Amino acid sequence: MVKGATVKETTVKETAVQKPTADTGVLVKDMKVSRSMRVFRVANLVFLLVVVFLTMYPFLNILAQSFSSEGFINAGQVNLFPLGFNTQTYQLILADSVFWRNYGNTVLYTVVATAISMVLTTSFAYAIAKKDLKGRSVFIGIAVFTMFFNGGLIPNYVLITSLGMRDTLWAVVLPNAISVFNLLIMKSFFENMPRELEEAAAIDGLTQYGVLFKVVLPLSKAIVATMVLFYAVANWNSWFQAFLYLDNPDLFPVTIYLRNMIAGVTTAGSAGGTAENVGQIAANIQSVTIVLTIIPILCVYPFVQKYFFSGVMLGSVKE
Amino acid sequence: MATQLEVPPGAVTTQPPGRKDKPRNKPGGWKLAIKRDWRLYTLVLLPLAYFAIFRYLPMAGNVIAFRQFQPGGSIFGEKWVGLKYVTLFINDPSFWQAFQNTIILGVLTLLFCFPMPIIFALMLNELRSQKFKKFVQTVAYLPHFMSVVIIAGMILQNFSMTGTVNQIASTVFGSTVNFTQDAAWFRPMYISSEVWQTMGWGAILYLAALTRVDESLYEAARIDGANRWQQTWHVTLPAIRPTIITLLILNIGTFMAVGFEKILLIYNPLNYQTSDVISTYLYRVGLESSNFSYAAAIGMFESVIGLTLILSANAISKRLAGTSLW
Repeated sequence: MVKGATVKETTVKETAVQKPTADTGVLVKDMKVSRSMRVFRVANLVFLLVVVFLTMYPFLNILAQSFSSEGFINAGQVNLFPLGFNTQTYQLILADSVFWRNYGNTVLYTVVATAISMVLTTSFAYAIAKKDLKGRSVFIGIAVFTMFFNGGLIPNYVLITSLGMRDTLWAVVLPNAISVFNLLIMKSFFENMPRELEEAAAIDGLTQYGVLFKVVLPLSKAIVATMVLFYAVANWNSWFQAFLYLDNPDLFPVTIYLRNMIAGVTTAGSAGGTAENVGQIAANIQSVTIVLTIIPILCVYPFVQKYFFSGVMLGSVKE
Repeated sequence: MATQLEVPPGAVTTQPPGRKDKPRNKPGGWKLAIKRDWRLYTLVLLPLAYFAIFRYLPMAGNVIAFRQFQPGGSIFGEKWVGLKYVTLFINDPSFWQAFQNTIILGVLTLLFCFPMPIIFALMLNELRSQKFKKFVQTVAYLPHFMSVVIIAGMILQNFSMTGTVNQIASTVFGSTVNFTQDAAWFRPMYISSEVWQTMGWGAILYLAALTRVDESLYEAARIDGANRWQQTWHVTLPAIRPTIITLLILNIGTFMAVGFEKILLIYNPLNYQTSDVISTYLYRVGLESSNFSYAAAIGMFESVIGLTLILSANAISKRLAGTSLW
């Protein structure tokens, strides 16, 4: 697989390099085409710049609002840049113990859920990647069927409740532990590993466990990193499980803190503010919470983007 | 599995030829298999338990749609009541309202959110500066990684009375609209945010497919006198057709599940008339009013339609286009 990935990269690079040269050939040959082509290129560039701007805008808007004073926000004047620059709301939120407790919960849930997901996904993917494992197709079928048909909200709710998981961490980290999509990506990675490697290890007297831990996993760092990022981002962002099964505010993840703010259930948690100005600063406080929740995602985003892309490519490889 | 794209031979597979068709033992003989691979079977035990408990048990739990259910009692209900709950929702106008909204939002999503990534990918593909392309991609993928709660917060702020959209509206038209409360504006609000959120990331599989288009095909087309547009039409599009079809099938399969979490976060009683979809309706009926069996009946109806849709889309594309998920 390592070898395969290199080959693929070079192919991509080559295409990228070849293309402009080929285009220039056409341009030189036919000036008329080249003029309309140039118009198209400019239009294309402008279109994509507009896309970039529109995609970034809501983020910049939130950032601007988070640093603006309420007066300007309520007057509907804040768009790209902060007006009445201040950091008061940041100080308010950062001093809110509920916010920190919920933020800590998000970290805890993300770590625990990702660990559980990784153990389950890796072991299952490794086993079903073995083409001569008896019952393999049944195992795959069991997993894949759940992609297209699921129990639905109510039976899940009834189940989790009757298992006594309400108001525990388990209700958040267990129900979605295996993503079948991730499982299939990992399976196809293991399938593409050179078999000689494992056979040689087996001849050296390693058991199947030994092969997995001493040979396969050390060679799978890239896919493991990809999967950890996949799961971690999903867990960091998740809110619905917590929303359904957690009643105790001390257990809420930060997404619920934010959700309650958006839904108007609470404004700024326990943070100060008299009745009149609570409504006023709501938009501001929401923006600050959004910014603070996004920051960790933005920090891992460069890695996420790099690995997600190769992960999606791997997943798209036909078996 | 989820996406079947053609890959040039040798590009990815490093398995030596002739190896994979040679199983170590013949079929049959569980005893032998377990003796040889018991360690592998121990690896599947926990995941299988997971699927059994958290995936298949709830499926069986759908039986409460036909049984009386008591909170705190058996998850499979207390006694049979037949089609009571099914007839109940069939005669429920609120359900049909939600059903209609689901169909309309589903169609609009398919109409707007499905083609945009293709167009976006094609336009990116025309860029000559790889650096700029990378930059556009980096920005465009970002919304995909945001929590739906954050997206909802952004939508509500941008469409609020003092938000950007109303700032523009008051400048251009001299008036403002209460977008978040007005039922007439829910669909445009939902669909535009959906396009914003999915366009960039949706292009990723098309871009992957585009890098695999054989360069010599373009050369041949140029020699035949094809201009750039004709090249796109006759070379590029056919090359990414399998990807388009695969994603279309998947999109049709999730047709009924239109952005449940997002709608739950941004809708409100004032716009239920257009915003309430089957999943949000059953959420309210089931979990807010505790009519578990009734909601389970609606949920089952929804899942069955979803499964039917994906099976038929798959069958149709298999017959017409020769591409299918399985």
